[in-house]
Amino acid sequence: MEAIKLKTPVSDQNIEKLRAGHKVILNGYIYTARDAAHKKMVELLDKGDSLPFDPKGQIIYFVGPSPAKPGQVIGSAGPTTSGRMNKYSPKMIKAGLKGMIGKGEMGKEVTDALKQFKGAYFVATGGAGALMAKRITESEVVAYEELGPEAVRRLKVEDFPIIVAQDCHGGNIFVEGMEKYRK
Amino acid sequence: MRNISSDEITSAVKKLCMDANYFLGDDVVEAVRKSLDKEESPLGKEILNQILENAEIARKERMPLCQDTGLTAIFVEMGSEVQIEGLTLESAIQEGIGQGYEEGFLRKSMVEDPLRRKNTGDNTPGVISIKSTEGDRIKITILPKGGGSENMSAIKMLKPSDGEDGVKNFIVDTVKIAGGNPCPPVIVGVGIGGSFDKCAYLAKKSLLREVGSVHPDPYYADMEKELLERINNTGIGPQGLGGRITALAVHIETHPCHIASLPVAVNTQCHSARHKEIII
Repeated sequence: MEAIKLKTPVSDQNIEKLRAGHKVILNGYIYTARDAAHKKMVELLDKGDSLPFDPKGQIIYFVGPSPAKPGQVIGSAGPTTSGRMNKYSPKMIKAGLKGMIGKGEMGKEVTDALKQFKGAYFVATGGAGALMAKRITESEVVAYEELGPEAVRRLKVEDFPIIVAQDCHGGNIFVEGMEKYRK
Repeated sequence: MRNISSDEITSAVKKLCMDANYFLGDDVVEAVRKSLDKEESPLGKEILNQILENAEIARKERMPLCQDTGLTAIFVEMGSEVQIEGLTLESAIQEGIGQGYEEGFLRKSMVEDPLRRKNTGDNTPGVISIKSTEGDRIKITILPKGGGSENMSAIKMLKPSDGEDGVKNFIVDTVKIAGGNPCPPVIVGVGIGGSFDKCAYLAKKSLLREVGSVHPDPYYADMEKELLERINNTGIGPQGLGGRITALAVHIETHPCHIASLPVAVNTQCHSARHKEIII
């Protein structure tokens, strides 16, 4: 299975080609956010205010990295459980976000938003934080510094290994994969 | 009596926090390596290989295996002939956690109130359990427990008539509901018996057992084997993307219980099954 190369910002056409189970190698800039930052950003969207970054065509990585040692770009930086963002992600997708990276299945409300607004949900290997950190070449806090590990960061990723988990056509690797290997 | 200074406890805990987060145990590495032969899914194999590569990078660079460096669970076995000089045992340990997480560049993941959620800034307090033993030694084990897998844990007060089948079904169902969330392949820690709180403690304590070891009681050894097979037949697979390897091991700990009760707890542990111990 050959990996698909993807670069941010991504277009609807890029998204439409992706199917659940595809391996993807990601390059470019992505943004980090977890529960606390999502709560703040969705409050801004609800009020009609703009976000700390323009979400159009962008990808959010659900991660709260460990602190960088001197000389390091970032500490360990693997994905966190995405289901906690079920409440927030549909609004972010509606605002133009094209994808999220995390671990574990996302809910029906996210599946619906991915279909309606053309988005994709990707997974990275949970617990492989040291490996993922090696593929991050820049890290800069762009908002909510007071949230510490939960601050919004802009990361530059190089050959970041992810997998399409839920696509814009309703495909879902958690359902399809389990059915395939169940005994 | 043997006197041990609280400084010695603090510096031992500090080092354990760092070592546990950087160095994955050989038993876990070996179990992941062996599971590669059994995994049929290409994506599953790739994930298992990434887990091994990650452990290698973490070890070489002294980097946390996972960014979630956990709530610090601490198990102490305190010899009755040991006397701690200086701080109390509890304070000495908490001090060690604070120092270890700061100096080891580990993530601080504790909030001081469950609803108002302000970070304590140094990953304290850890959750400590102390057991008294004979002799003049003190054994300290630390288990940094990630939130993602902890959240997929469950407890149930079954009826004695639910019996063995009730217990087994609850364990398998808990793993199924968790799906890909707790970072499978997992280690399924199970506590059976005791009280509501005791069985949860047993489930956590069972995670300290060496992966690949066989339960000393043949009855429970068989049950562990059967449960592992049922769990791996769910098809959940590495990270929940489908595959043969959902769990690396099932560990059961038991305790006597009340005639009216059958408590069962499942403490789910991700593949980053970190724990380190020292005997002073």
